[in-house]
Amino acid sequence: MIPELGQFALALALLLALVQGVLPILGAWRGNAALIAVARPAAAGQGIFVFAAMAILIHAFLHYDFSVAYVADNSNLALPWYYRITAVWGAHEGSMLLWVFILNVWSVALAAFSRHLPPAFVARVLGVLGLIGVGFLAFILFTSNPFVRELPMPADGGDLNPVLQDPGMTFHPPVLYMGYVGFSVAFAFSIAALLGGGMEQAWVRWARPWTNVAWAFLTLGIVAGSWWAYAELGWGGWWFWDPVENASFMPWLVGVALIHAQAVTEKRGSLPAWTVLLSLFAFSLSLLGTFLVRSGVLTSVHAFASDPRRGLYILGFLIVVIGGSLLLYAIRAPKVATGKPFAPLSRETGVMVANLLFTTAAAMVLLGTLFPLIGDALNLGRISVGPPYFGFLFVMLMAPAVLLLPFGPYLRWGRAEGRQLTAMALRAGVAALICAIAAAFFAQGHLRAIAGVAGAVWIGAGTLSYVIKRWREMPRGRRFPVEMAGMLVAHAGVAIFVIGVMLSESLSVERDVRLAPGQSESIGGYDFRFDGVEETEGPNWRADEGVVTILRDGTTVGTMHPQKRTYSRGQVQTESAIDAGLFRDIYVALGEPMDANDVQGAWALRLYHKPFVRWIWLGGLFMMAGGFLAACERRFRAKKILAAEGKLKAEATPA
Amino acid sequence: MSRLLPLIGFLLLVSLFGFGIWWNTQHDQREIASPLIDKPAPAFALPVLGEPSRTVDKASLLGKPYFLNVFASWCIECVHEHPMLMTDMKRLGLPIVGFNYKDEPEAATTWLSEHGNPFDVIVADRDGRAGIDFGVYAAPETFLIDAKGVIRYKRIGPITPEVIEKEIRPALVALAKETP
Repeated sequence: MIPELGQFALALALLLALVQGVLPILGAWRGNAALIAVARPAAAGQGIFVFAAMAILIHAFLHYDFSVAYVADNSNLALPWYYRITAVWGAHEGSMLLWVFILNVWSVALAAFSRHLPPAFVARVLGVLGLIGVGFLAFILFTSNPFVRELPMPADGGDLNPVLQDPGMTFHPPVLYMGYVGFSVAFAFSIAALLGGGMEQAWVRWARPWTNVAWAFLTLGIVAGSWWAYAELGWGGWWFWDPVENASFMPWLVGVALIHAQAVTEKRGSLPAWTVLLSLFAFSLSLLGTFLVRSGVLTSVHAFASDPRRGLYILGFLIVVIGGSLLLYAIRAPKVATGKPFAPLSRETGVMVANLLFTTAAAMVLLGTLFPLIGDALNLGRISVGPPYFGFLFVMLMAPAVLLLPFGPYLRWGRAEGRQLTAMALRAGVAALICAIAAAFFAQGHLRAIAGVAGAVWIGAGTLSYVIKRWREMPRGRRFPVEMAGMLVAHAGVAIFVIGVMLSESLSVERDVRLAPGQSESIGGYDFRFDGVEETEGPNWRADEGVVTILRDGTTVGTMHPQKRTYSRGQVQTESAIDAGLFRDIYVALGEPMDANDVQGAWALRLYHKPFVRWIWLGGLFMMAGGFLAACERRFRAKKILAAEGKLKAEATPA
Repeated sequence: MSRLLPLIGFLLLVSLFGFGIWWNTQHDQREIASPLIDKPAPAFALPVLGEPSRTVDKASLLGKPYFLNVFASWCIECVHEHPMLMTDMKRLGLPIVGFNYKDEPEAATTWLSEHGNPFDVIVADRDGRAGIDFGVYAAPETFLIDAKGVIRYKRIGPITPEVIEKEIRPALVALAKETP
């Protein structure tokens, strides 16, 4: 009975989404206050029923309701409760429900925290979100219903893909979705502004905190996914340029461009059309990612179900949403160049160059991801491009971004002074050079490591020098507005990230060894002593667990327990053991027993010493923190927009 | 006009996606995955992994049916597929030729020493040119090539116990009937 209630809740949510999508937009168009007032209650209603459906599906998983086909396919009696909750989004149907759930989290938050905005504008924004909700709810109900019954009910279920049975997977999908579904808010703001017309600067200010928060969540989601791949896939990589990863990375790249373009439009009134276009792109790429992952167009090597009906539906939805919004843009985009004039050497120009680099990078990733499809269409056969293509082009595009980044804060709006820039470049350049020379002694000729240190110090020193300048020149309390602090933290994150990537990529040592119990192997200054293999057992798996003692100069640093698990359905999964540290990770994966007849009991082991690998995710976390911090800027929450506008002009901040 | 450009670009993408969906409905990737099926395998001559001076070509493999498995150390699905190659596929009794696709030789060698080496011989296709001749879309892929060098079966994606039971065994039975 309860699963039917879930289905019922989804149907009601669909009806309310229709109401939310149609009436408020009509009301805003006709100036009908009664219809405008429908927006908030309708959003709340849709939210309640979607949350209920989600709760019902979780309830079904927690209570082993195997009469629900989705539950039976993705969980079993032995699965621990926390993985039964995450199994909710372990496959297609539940992922789509999670998508709608997150969309409603954003809609409800927007309905609650938008009291200071003009009612007609809020009505349009919530209306657009309602229409997106209609599309996804109908998709779930008609093609991917998670509440379908399976009769007769099986005694036990299948299993959640063991790859997904990992702590990283518990929060990676929801956080990632918070990010790219969150771009729907910036999208809705843009559409509302295009529909209403004539208030470029104001709507961008209202959209900024929402965009920053969505981007920060997306950053965290990608970091979590990368960390999961590193810990779970058993061979120490942290990024694979796989279509599913690319699906989240493209909106992230456009998101970087968007949050910078929004700052320009909000503060200077320039580039309004470009900002609108970027917010359309950011969400379009999120939808496109969903399409690529869910339609089966690119899935022959992935585990997702492919059903041509679903692909066609999402394609139709894409045409309506993206095509419709781009058409609206073509008709209603701001026609005249607005905003204050700016010189070739100015912060506006800097942001435009950065925008160009990041959108090109996103286009490059899109092209690479779609390559097999293009190959088919042009009858060249299915050609896929791998890490060599992405790695090379991405570094090519990001190198100028790294080079230009420290100049950003120094560039003044309107017209920048060349003198300050050269002074900064001199200081940061000297610091980078000294550190690169110092690194050359440690890195033993690894050019990438040296370049990484130089690049990171260049950014770090440039950013630090700006911090010092503000500290000296500004009075107490005015030194670091929250928004600027966010920018500086995020930029520092880039420096940390560059260190992590370049050092771990070039200095990591990995070795495959055959060790009998008692033997040891030494890499990166550590001795790895293999102490044999024991059998162990978890709630739904049995494992061979290796015991490896790590010694440094004869003293024990730690003991590691890499496992080779066999799950109840026979899937084998390696669980690497990782000893994490700020400056190095030690990573041990258990391979195969060498030979059944081998009396010594030797095993194949894979040992890694990865310097600075943790800085990759640390850098990502800094970028995320910067995004959240910048969203806290008081100006964004100002009750009276006009008053804030006047105050801002009076202040004429150089920031 | 410039305002219409994004829309035009998007419509191009849509036609590409429409084509992709149509292509998928025309080609059930599980049953017939290659126009090369029942055609002679493309001729190739590739260096042996780890021994660049030695090459293996199509002619030297004629005379006995064999599997050709496309793998790479950068391929995530290959890790999942690998245990099947090590056990069930080996039990089928045919030689398995490894086709190391667009990979660094060192990376491939370390990958194999970690996961085990099920292959009788491994050829390295570093630049992926032979892979284009074979219509390789993405690793892993597996071909069954008969004694005359004709491709009899192709699997895109990882081998699973189900694939062996429902597709590979029947293909082998068909092969055995022809050559008494």
